[in-house]
Amino acid sequence: MHLAYPAVLSALLFCTGLYGVLARRNAILVLMSVELMLNAVNLNLVAFDVWLSRAAEETLHSGQALALFTIAIAAAEIGIGLAIVLAVYRNRGTSDIDRLRDTAEGHEPDDPDSDATGREAPAPRAAGEKAEATA
Amino acid sequence: MTLAAAAGTAAHATTTTAAETHGFLSPTGVEIAFLLVGLVTLGAAVITVTTRQLVHAALWLVVALGGLAVEYLLLTAEFIAWVQVLIYVGSVVVLLLFGLMLTRAPIGRSPDADSGNRWIALAVSVAAAGALVWVVVDAFRTTWIDLDGAPAGSTEVTGASLFQHWVLPFEALSVLLLAALVGAIVLSRRAKADAATRASATRRGTEGTR
Repeated sequence: MHLAYPAVLSALLFCTGLYGVLARRNAILVLMSVELMLNAVNLNLVAFDVWLSRAAEETLHSGQALALFTIAIAAAEIGIGLAIVLAVYRNRGTSDIDRLRDTAEGHEPDDPDSDATGREAPAPRAAGEKAEATA
Repeated sequence: MTLAAAAGTAAHATTTTAAETHGFLSPTGVEIAFLLVGLVTLGAAVITVTTRQLVHAALWLVVALGGLAVEYLLLTAEFIAWVQVLIYVGSVVVLLLFGLMLTRAPIGRSPDADSGNRWIALAVSVAAAGALVWVVVDAFRTTWIDLDGAPAGSTEVTGASLFQHWVLPFEALSVLLLAALVGAIVLSRRAKADAATRASATRRGTEGTR
């Protein structure tokens, strides 16, 4: 097999995930795009390991070992990431990462336009969520 | 002049030998299968990042990850393929669906799934794709993977290399998984404990006023 096929597929998948990370608003969709990027890296690792295991005399199969480690780390990352997203949703009532601007410069929390767009709606939902969590 | 001509003929000779041994314009069956499954995978990935229905994005992610497992099988990396099916398709997508449900994602089309900077994101990703594909194709134009013989990624080969050369990173990874487990439990428990203490404090306060 030509080595360019898996390499080009992995590059295109990585850029698809890059678009998703940059363009999506929901935090869970951003996590999905991160998974796509990690999978593109895994495909690269496996393809180059298969190539080198035939081209080289002695190989450590480091590409496949690193791909396995990446899969395990991605599973851990998705667990922690979803726990963080759920904690943010429980406190704020939204998982929209465009509204989480508390530490951004130039966007004050009592900004009038952000008040108009998003500050009013999440507050009662967050309160309801709190009551549900305590019940 | 003669040097350049000699270099040109040498380059021509190498390309012709490569074309003779591998068939540059006549792809093998494995390449055709890889190309078709790759098109399906890439299409599913594009739908995943562009659809406006959040649950459909998770379901198309299943197609993309399963297609990648088939690509691993075509590359004779069997163990990675089954690990991919078990962990990604089995657990990660289920976790993502649970996350979508717990954050009360809308079932139908949500008009604000994409942020306002999607055209900048599209430009950045298209530029990155163009640069990466150009570099990769230019670098590995005359490189072929030899897929004949014993599979390069069977369970025996992968296990032997993993437990002969990579034991220490493997154990460190198990510690990392334990840390991630404890971290997820702490992250999901703390808010509930805070809310419980606040609720008990308010209850005590109301009892005090009463």
